[in-house]
Amino acid sequence: MSDMHATPSAALAENQTQFWMTKDHHPENGTLLGFWIYLMSDCLIFASLFAVYGVLGRSYAGGPSGADLFELPLVALNTTMLLLSSITYGFAVLEMQKNRRGTMMAWLIITGLFGLAFLGIEMYEFAHLIHEGAGPQRSAFLSSFFTLVGTHGLHVTFGIVWLVTLLVQVGKHGLTGANKRRIMCLSMFWHFLDVVWIGVFTFVYLMGVLP
Amino acid sequence: MNTPDLAKLIFGRLTLEAIPYHEPILLATFAGVAIGGIALLAVITKYKLWGYLWKEWFTSIDHKKIGIMYMVFGIVMLLRGFADALMMRAQQAIAFNGNPGFLPPHHYDQIFTAHGVIMIFFVAMPLVTGLMNYVVPLQIGARDVAFPFLNNFSFWMTVAGGLLVMASLFVGEFARTGWLAYPPLSGLAQSPDVGVDYYIWSLQVAGVGTTLSGINLIATIVKMRAPGMTMMKMPVFTWTSLCTNVLIVAAFPVLTAVLVLLALDRYAGTNFFTNDFGGNAMMYVNLIWIWGHPEVYILVLPVFGVFSEVVSTFSQKRLFGYASMVYATVVITVLSYLVWLHHFFTMGSGASVNSFFGITTMIISIPTGAKIFNWLFTMYRGRINFDVPMLWTVGFMVTFVIGGMTGVMLAVPPADFLLHNSLFLIAHFHNVIIGGVIFGLFAGINYWFPKAFGFRLDAFWGKCSFWFWLVGFYVAFMPLYVLGFMGVTRRMNHFEDPSLQIWFQIAALGAVLIALGIGSFLVQIYVSIKNRDKLRDVTGDPWHGRTLEWATSSPPPEYNFAFTPVIHEADAWWDMKERNAGRRTEGYLPIHMPKNTAAGFVIAAFAFVFGFAMIWHMFLIAGLSFLGILVSAITHTFNYKRDYYIDAGVVERTETARTEELAAHV
Amino acid sequence: MSAHAESHDHHDHDHHDDEVVSHSTLGGYLLGFFLAVVLTAIPFWLVMGKVIPDTRTISVVLLSFAAIQIVVHMIYFLHMDTKSQGGWNMLALIFTLILVVITLSGSIWVMFHMNANMMPGMSHDMSQQVKNLP
Repeated sequence: MSDMHATPSAALAENQTQFWMTKDHHPENGTLLGFWIYLMSDCLIFASLFAVYGVLGRSYAGGPSGADLFELPLVALNTTMLLLSSITYGFAVLEMQKNRRGTMMAWLIITGLFGLAFLGIEMYEFAHLIHEGAGPQRSAFLSSFFTLVGTHGLHVTFGIVWLVTLLVQVGKHGLTGANKRRIMCLSMFWHFLDVVWIGVFTFVYLMGVLP
Repeated sequence: MNTPDLAKLIFGRLTLEAIPYHEPILLATFAGVAIGGIALLAVITKYKLWGYLWKEWFTSIDHKKIGIMYMVFGIVMLLRGFADALMMRAQQAIAFNGNPGFLPPHHYDQIFTAHGVIMIFFVAMPLVTGLMNYVVPLQIGARDVAFPFLNNFSFWMTVAGGLLVMASLFVGEFARTGWLAYPPLSGLAQSPDVGVDYYIWSLQVAGVGTTLSGINLIATIVKMRAPGMTMMKMPVFTWTSLCTNVLIVAAFPVLTAVLVLLALDRYAGTNFFTNDFGGNAMMYVNLIWIWGHPEVYILVLPVFGVFSEVVSTFSQKRLFGYASMVYATVVITVLSYLVWLHHFFTMGSGASVNSFFGITTMIISIPTGAKIFNWLFTMYRGRINFDVPMLWTVGFMVTFVIGGMTGVMLAVPPADFLLHNSLFLIAHFHNVIIGGVIFGLFAGINYWFPKAFGFRLDAFWGKCSFWFWLVGFYVAFMPLYVLGFMGVTRRMNHFEDPSLQIWFQIAALGAVLIALGIGSFLVQIYVSIKNRDKLRDVTGDPWHGRTLEWATSSPPPEYNFAFTPVIHEADAWWDMKERNAGRRTEGYLPIHMPKNTAAGFVIAAFAFVFGFAMIWHMFLIAGLSFLGILVSAITHTFNYKRDYYIDAGVVERTETARTEELAAHV
Repeated sequence: MSAHAESHDHHDHDHHDDEVVSHSTLGGYLLGFFLAVVLTAIPFWLVMGKVIPDTRTISVVLLSFAAIQIVVHMIYFLHMDTKSQGGWNMLALIFTLILVVITLSGSIWVMFHMNANMMPGMSHDMSQQVKNLP
């Protein structure tokens, strides 16, 4: 932030204090900050859902509990997928910095595949639960579980749609400044979802199976 | 697939019976709206204004035009919301001694719900956002907001939400749940019809717009201030806008989340807030007030900024205690997240929780009180001009202090147990919202109107409007304090005790006075447009202002400032005038500007269709329109050419014309 | 013509391209990934191997691991530091975290007391008691 530190130009020529810019003034681009602020607001959506899970997460209504339902090996596998997709996105960013379009796109595609794997496992888990009669209608616990985890999954889905869009755009226009900015925004989005997932596997799954 | 199935797929549960042609009041309203609408469309067509409106306004990404559109939208919705208020006051004034009045409970409940929803979400919010949109970029010396396209999109999403509420008037019905739609009443079991769905989707659609506009204005204020404008040199209105938008971004997600959960309960059969299967309706109340309390400050903080600007301008003094004003605003911003439980003291959280939230609530009155003293000390020994904006400000200071004091009474949990859900509460929040937000908005409109249009608003009708509103407010709401002390509860459609009637009749008289106030405001606008040549201001600085928006012409050119100003003092324009900065009239450069786009309008139109389809369970259309939203949004991201340069010659011509105009009027 | 204004202008142009590509390095990503894997594996092991029998203790341990891992992700993947975007990113994050804590702990605190007062005798399952609400 340059103008945060700017001081009034007291040291300037006595009578000739400048009041109008003589050059073209370009304010800094606000996209990355704006996107970060959006992520913060998204974070509060998740906070609300976590709060709901925190309050309702033990309201089993006579139905199954987390200890009955959650299969931790599956969750561990899913977590692995998401962690791997994070590091591969990191590699894509590194390639972007070196302006290597091809390898960057390859890493992005790998990231997207890991994301799809994550979604696939999650959908398998959901289908399995619903099949067992533990669907979102069964109890407040399951309502909040499906909503919280499903909202995260929905975000991953949109992340993948965005990723595909971005691949087309990079393919079409190359690594322009605007595209680089978009890649960085998606990077924040992707890693942010990872952070939310840390909350999910800890608070929902690991703590959910505790007695 | 046979025909009924197909019809159900397309029309969901929408049938011709959803049109309320058996209700005379609605029918008359509909006829009025239809005739008025057709007349308006005819006029636009006759004068061939469609192209102009589309090109210059609807697709505009100019923050000034979007700001004006927000204001127009807010004022139109004010008329609707106030019509509801008049009907309620009339109903309660006559529904005594076995007289059922003219509104059956079913209709009355929709009216008080719609009144609350419209006044908060579609009057106060757009008007506040409109002012911020118009003024903030000018005050910080910027050419537009950080994300001009998003700004246009936000506006249309707000309009789409408002249209959904309006549609509920003529197709189906609105919620009968009160403005926060508490479950289990708003759950599927108690409200199976479309009312609550209208509520949910109109707020969700508008909420997207509000959140995005919040993000936009934060990025604008943080990134686009003119060189030299440090945080502590920002105008106070910009400061309060910053804090407001921080509140918006931090509070609206909670509303979004809680409405999603309510929608899931209604659409997917989940059990968040239901009465069985472990659901907990009180969690809804808890969450929605985590949004709801900051929302109050979202409305009032910007008008605190307006009053700060008005007081210092019309007292012709620097604002007293600028730094304390800023700190007070920031403290209010943070504290507003720690008080939400005072809206449901009676729900039974017990003494420890209630005392915590009671105390935090009382603490908020400290920074607010500090602000009042700052304004008083600014006026002290100032040369005060009692122009219309200043009248509103003084009216605010008196009225708001009364509202604040009744608020502190309500903050005492034992007192709240007596006053909860009574008309005392109604009187209290109207006291702060009318006395604070509405008065502030009118002050702001009167103050910045000459900036936006180049001529002042007529002072006589402005004063009429002010006095009608002020007197009308007291006549309308002081009786409600009295009734509240007598234990009369809110949301009643008729009463049995005839001794109460006189108070309701007085309140109805007050509502009529307020109606005259609104009428005077409309007349004021009409008269001012008619006499615009007499009221013309060519200086761009009709009130001897102190902040940067007065440094440019009225109305400002689309690029706001031909040269970006350099800031040395908090009251930048005052400083420039004191030091004879003058205008710079040579060396014009091409100016980089964003280009208009229809994308925002298109996406918001799809969102409107999506909301409407979801309300009526037209899932095929809902799916298609959702696809429409996605595709149009993605298509928009393929548009990389979003800006252009205004030619230096054009800038020079515009500025030279202004130079000549200024010279001619000195 | 002022030196101040010019330097400001200049500063902006310098920043245009760098702001996108800040501190990412291969080593940073790999270290972050390694820490993330370790910080994920230990909690899973603790729970799946039933290492700590006491529920309260293990809850605290799990939440601490989550908190540390979130910090790791913030630093190595999201590149948070006090300087990015002039400190505004950090400010926004801190403010958000405060609100997240308020929302989470506040809701749980409020609802716990409400349930305790309004639905006495309630243990985990509130399905029966909800019906007795006033």
